[in-house]
Amino acid sequence: MKKPGFLKKISGEKGVEKILMITAFSAISAILLIALFILNEGLPFIFKYGIKEFLFSSEWQPSKGQFGIFPMIMSSLWVTFGAMIIGAPLGVAGAIFLTEFAPVSVMRIIKPTIELLAAIPSVVFGFIGVMVLAPLIRNYLGGPGLSLLAACFILGIMILPTVISISVDSILAVPKSYREGSLALGATTWQTTHMVTLKAARSGIVASIILGLGRAIGETMAVIMVAGNAVNVPHSPLDSVRTLTANIALEMSYATGLHRQALFATGVVLFVIIIILNSIASTAIRKRKYGK
Amino acid sequence: MLKKIASFLSIIAIILIISGCGKPKTSITLAGSTAFQPFAEKLAEQYMAINKNVSITVQGGGSAVGIQSANSGAAQIGMADLVVLPDEAKSLIATVVARDGIAMVVNPKNKVENLTAEQIRDIFNGKITNWKEVGGDNTPITVVSREAGSGTRSSFEQIITGISLKKDALIQDSNGSIRETVSNDVNSIGYLSHGLVNAKVKAIKLDKTECTVENIVSGSYKLVRPIFLLVKGNLDGENKNFIDYILSPEGQKVITGNGLLPAK
Repeated sequence: MKKPGFLKKISGEKGVEKILMITAFSAISAILLIALFILNEGLPFIFKYGIKEFLFSSEWQPSKGQFGIFPMIMSSLWVTFGAMIIGAPLGVAGAIFLTEFAPVSVMRIIKPTIELLAAIPSVVFGFIGVMVLAPLIRNYLGGPGLSLLAACFILGIMILPTVISISVDSILAVPKSYREGSLALGATTWQTTHMVTLKAARSGIVASIILGLGRAIGETMAVIMVAGNAVNVPHSPLDSVRTLTANIALEMSYATGLHRQALFATGVVLFVIIIILNSIASTAIRKRKYGK
Repeated sequence: MLKKIASFLSIIAIILIISGCGKPKTSITLAGSTAFQPFAEKLAEQYMAINKNVSITVQGGGSAVGIQSANSGAAQIGMADLVVLPDEAKSLIATVVARDGIAMVVNPKNKVENLTAEQIRDIFNGKITNWKEVGGDNTPITVVSREAGSGTRSSFEQIITGISLKKDALIQDSNGSIRETVSNDVNSIGYLSHGLVNAKVKAIKLDKTECTVENIVSGSYKLVRPIFLLVKGNLDGENKNFIDYILSPEGQKVITGNGLLPAK
């Protein structure tokens, strides 16, 4: 009589384990399938067209069979870089204020509010960019308004929640004894913050910025709306640009044949860039946890 | 807790299954041209009100998608708004159901009233970059075009001829966003479906001909493209009934009443 119950217990245990394992692997298999699909659709084109020609030619004229994505790569990099210039200082400064200077009650209100920013659909950011930001840039700085600068501003704000919440977490993870030790030696709060706390939380902050970059480079809708989408290597912040993501989203619905493959190949390039960024970020995070 | 969730989900599933039941209907899917999509939706709505046993779904996607999905069978009827149908569409039965003018639009504050086809070509190619060269203020021209593959863009480029779009032209992905961009930017010029011109933008004359219904019908306005419905195989059954309905006086009334031009 004992045996069946025992067996049942074991099988129940095993069963749950199996089910959990399958669910965990389904997430991984999704990313694998996506990777396989994109590579399968895009790689043959890259080899057929020539890697050098594809990556470094500035001519993107699908109707004439010319597929050079250099302007899009440069634009994506510039847009991301610009978003970082705007978003990273704001985000890190915000995180320092929230953790080191603001009373706990203020942090309890402000942090969820900032995280709410992440829940705003990107099309809303794009809309604000088109209606408010672009006319301001056009009237005060010149150019068409829909520009690199507008995209940088919008993305800079969009990456704030990522940068702030991960920075806050990593600053809070610094042991209290570090701060207490520094304060006990007579250092002020700011001295403690920039000499002790930030140093200890550095890799986490770097990771937050890199994850923010990943978000910026992958953003599509808001960028299509505010960047103007000209296929053009930007020479000034007021130029209109088209990012890699925008290129795919704009033309995918119309593309057939070689053009379609070229868009998948654009996806491959984007995928590689994002993998590189994410691995840098996860190395940085790992360093924070085990490297001290 | 889990039980509550499970019962909640099963209630939803039951509701969905019940609501899905009903009389079997013939279903037709239309896909393609975003310029014709709103018209197709309206026509489908009216047709379904008369024929209760037919259900029509209308999807966008663009002319290329229209041709592709008619070929693959993903849609029974493809919609395309190109001057010249590409080779892939050769095997499909094409019916012209309407025609559409393409209006050249500028900001209402712009003084320029008329451009020649030559000037438009030079502006879009980047040879003319300032409005003063074509009789306007001394301000730079912002060119706004559609994405590669758009039916409106390829029709525009085929009729104006010789266009190799300048590199810093802004690209917008729909008629609506072209209108929005032009209405926001005093210096911009773009083109969009005649039916979508409103007070926010100013349609200018092309070779001294205004973009009006009369001029398009008489053929004096050059920028006109046909709108095709594409069917694979034989044109029969409900597909034919629906296309016949669009070509009937009642269907054509919907088309002309909303800014497009009759097929004939």
